[in-house]
Amino acid sequence: MAPHKTTPDYDSDDAMQDVESMQVDSVGAKEKTVKDDLEHMFDDDLDDEPMVDASNAHKNSSGKVNITAISDIPSANPSDPEDMLQFYSRLFPWRQLFRWLNHSELPSTDFAHREFAFTLHNDAYLRYQCYPTFETLRRDVLNLNPSRFEIGPVYSTKPRDRKQAKGSFKPIEKELVFDIDLTDYDEIRTCCSKTKICIKCWQFVTMAIKVVDVALRDDFGFQHIMWVYSGRRGAHAWVCDKKARKLGDGKRRAIAAYFEVVKGSSQSGKKVNLERPLHPHIRRSHDILKDDFKQNILENQDPFRTEKQAERLLQLLPDRQLKEALREKWDSTIERPSSDKWKDIDALAGSGVSKTIIPKVLLEHKQDIILEYTYPRLDAEVSKHLNHLLKSPFVVHPGTGKVCVPIDISKLDEFDPDAVPTVTRLLKEIDQWKNPVKEEDDGVSTSRVSDIDKTSLKPYHDLFSKFVQKLLNAERPSPTEKPLHTEKSVKVKAEEMDF
Amino acid sequence: MLGRDAIRQKKREDRKAAYGNKLDATSSSYPNKGSGLPYPHRLNFYTDPPKDEVSLEEFEQWAIDRLKVLGEIETCQFRNNTPTEIDTTLRKLLDKYLPLNSNSSIPESERSNPRRFLGLTNERKKDHYSHFILRLAFARSDDLRRRFTTTESILFRHRFTTDNTIERAEFMDSLQLNSEVVGEAEKVSLAEELKAVLISGSKMPAEKARQMFEQEQYLKVDWDRVSDLVEGRKVFLRRGYAYVPNSMLLSLVMAEFSKRLDESLIKTARYLPHLDEDDRLIPILNHLSKGFTAPEYTSSTSLASLSGEAITASQIDNLSSHFPLCMKNLHASLRRDKHLRHFGRLQYGLFLKGLGLSIDEALIFWRQSFSKFTDDQFSKEYRYNIRHSYGLQGAGRNYKPYSCQQILMEHPPGAGDSHGCPYRHFSIENLTVAMGRLMGVEDRSVVNGVKQDVEAKKYHLACNRVFEYLHEKELKKKEGGAGKETITHPNEYFDRSWGLKNPGKRGGDGSEVQVKDEDVTMT
Repeated sequence: MAPHKTTPDYDSDDAMQDVESMQVDSVGAKEKTVKDDLEHMFDDDLDDEPMVDASNAHKNSSGKVNITAISDIPSANPSDPEDMLQFYSRLFPWRQLFRWLNHSELPSTDFAHREFAFTLHNDAYLRYQCYPTFETLRRDVLNLNPSRFEIGPVYSTKPRDRKQAKGSFKPIEKELVFDIDLTDYDEIRTCCSKTKICIKCWQFVTMAIKVVDVALRDDFGFQHIMWVYSGRRGAHAWVCDKKARKLGDGKRRAIAAYFEVVKGSSQSGKKVNLERPLHPHIRRSHDILKDDFKQNILENQDPFRTEKQAERLLQLLPDRQLKEALREKWDSTIERPSSDKWKDIDALAGSGVSKTIIPKVLLEHKQDIILEYTYPRLDAEVSKHLNHLLKSPFVVHPGTGKVCVPIDISKLDEFDPDAVPTVTRLLKEIDQWKNPVKEEDDGVSTSRVSDIDKTSLKPYHDLFSKFVQKLLNAERPSPTEKPLHTEKSVKVKAEEMDF
Repeated sequence: MLGRDAIRQKKREDRKAAYGNKLDATSSSYPNKGSGLPYPHRLNFYTDPPKDEVSLEEFEQWAIDRLKVLGEIETCQFRNNTPTEIDTTLRKLLDKYLPLNSNSSIPESERSNPRRFLGLTNERKKDHYSHFILRLAFARSDDLRRRFTTTESILFRHRFTTDNTIERAEFMDSLQLNSEVVGEAEKVSLAEELKAVLISGSKMPAEKARQMFEQEQYLKVDWDRVSDLVEGRKVFLRRGYAYVPNSMLLSLVMAEFSKRLDESLIKTARYLPHLDEDDRLIPILNHLSKGFTAPEYTSSTSLASLSGEAITASQIDNLSSHFPLCMKNLHASLRRDKHLRHFGRLQYGLFLKGLGLSIDEALIFWRQSFSKFTDDQFSKEYRYNIRHSYGLQGAGRNYKPYSCQQILMEHPPGAGDSHGCPYRHFSIENLTVAMGRLMGVEDRSVVNGVKQDVEAKKYHLACNRVFEYLHEKELKKKEGGAGKETITHPNEYFDRSWGLKNPGKRGGDGSEVQVKDEDVTMT
């Protein structure tokens, strides 16, 4: 039964695909003229992608092979629309994206009812787009050439049909997401501000990822967590476990609150005020962060160096007598480094400058300060709502030209946002690639090497594929559970090999 | 794809079968339950809908009785009553309308005798059926569903907390909450974490903390079943499980109760249009859902006729001695400014309508009151408005007088407004002055009592305190009868005040109770 079944499925998909793209044409009528040109240019773009299943090749395309040469157009724009098109047609991992969101090899509503939203170059925002398969999504992206696109929830019906569905149209699942953005750290980072970023302040993100990742795994029991560089100065987490995807708003809010420790606006005083004994999650976070605090904060950020900055530290400490002794000491040395000042606190407290100081209270205040300067500052609104949209992995950030690549959590400390490939660099790499005479890759045919393999995007792509494969393995009913399933999973495996 | 679905279906059935077996096993381990008794527990999670036939009369009466309880819960809620106060109110009310006795009310040796159990069974049957009848009535809109879940949850909490400990434990067992008791070995291995969470913020001495922890028993449940505890970091989490101490069990049960009820109400709503029903039940259900407006007081459009003759515009000044402070204030503002702003006109106008002022008299009253305007201005600006509030213009809706709840919650007054509730919206200083000037209340103990009520945000109590003070003599004569019930509607205040001061006339004392009944009973 198995071998016969796939064919009709795909046929019907092709039919649907046409309907879908026609709908888009009518939607994007404004861009018609531009698009027509582009359509000619990339007439047969699908054939360029070696990853595409041969059995699924475009029946409705003319069949001519038309490899577009990549001209070395020098462009000041980090995300030149031309380059973007090249990127989306040759390098974007469409198939893996599909498998990731579809949770199975066979097209399902997990993908077909998923909302995609496009931001076009004229800043128009197209919401509620949806696609039965990755080919149709890919074609639409190439037609519209958006400056970015986002992923929303899976809805009860196709998002495009929401008007017919009326009251019953509602979001039913989406990955649990987290957003870390360095703008939330502006008041405590000294190296850069606004949209700028360097390896020093990237450590804020690294610390946040460590704390959130371990809590999601050890406390909540989630396993399929993908961290993605957001393209400029932050990172996103996609928690893809089935249980996480099905969480309603109330439970998402509960998780967001579980993580919230740093509270208050710039006008509030001390922003971390925790009850003792610390909750095990906070205790663990503190233990993870206290060494980072010395290196990343005291050494690198040096946030208490100037007199004004030191005053902020004094504000956060208890005991008037101790504070006065510290102030006196620091006034005599100009710009004493933060790490020395930090040591001064215990030194002076131990030397008996204050008769009122309670060691336990001082310790707790120091813990609070460490957390205030290192604990993750999450944009909670993003996590709270099932229907919040988030930029897709592997999209090019329109401001920086950097690709939103997944972050390898096992090598988290090595991740450098400056080393993330930009779209211009990737295209150059394809151009400069020379075919080594010997065949290197095990499975890939000798005559064609996929574009991804020619670029530094490859390791990120592999990381993503590995993540997706693991997720799919977990979604698949385990073969040992029921003998009935074995046949099925063998069949799926065979299919995979086709690609 | 079909294959996979079929497998899923099969799995579901298997699980169901397993679940069912387990259930049987549990219930049979309690010899005095399982054995054919339809309601082994006093508490009910309302998982299974009733299947037996009931008479139409019972159907309606049971629902009305439950509705009275739920209505009172809502009133308590909007009076800001504490759980203890609600418990006191409920205890009396439930005895009257929805008694539910525990198994221990009959001797242990006789519990297995179904005949001996019959009384309990009947109480529980009424509880069960009335719950499901009201589900049908209140599933129809978001608002009704929300209110139903809230009030039912409070009712359940009351019963749960007042239940006998042993029977409560048995009931918990029957719920199959998928919780697992944390064994001693695991508890010891996690002692540090569990203790930290248990005593967090309590500043408890170490020795006491150790004792408390040792006595505590833990349950392990999926974290998302106690998401409110997770939200406040009130539980320890490990690998997706929350470790809930027995002392927080209530939270777990309540979350489960309202979750299940929410879900089933939505399901009910979906099936409601397909309710293949003759027209016996639908009108009852419709009426029931309308009756669920507890604080609403449908008073006396009848008062006018009861007192013998129609109220006229010229009588308002005299009648105003029976007005509560909010209406007195509006009346005084109207007389002073010869004008009231929109929400003032609405609040006061509907109140007067509730008194029985006809539309013709209302137009006369407002025309005379707005004396600084010309006839032309009045007709253009206000006439339509007044006719509209009588349902004669525009949407044709027959607006009802505002209840205290509406006055307290909706449209807080801004600059230049005179509407609202003075107890809530006035500063203490202004309130004291207003009470003295408009109500003649200057007695120190009353004024201080009002201040305390207002500080505790119990605006009703403040208003009722003033009412009781002003009608002290009359209430004494009645020997503590109707005075107990709290007034929750300005028109109720007026009716009772008028009734107490004119005891001979019809429509006096006690009439409000009848009117209330009429509201829920059928026509």
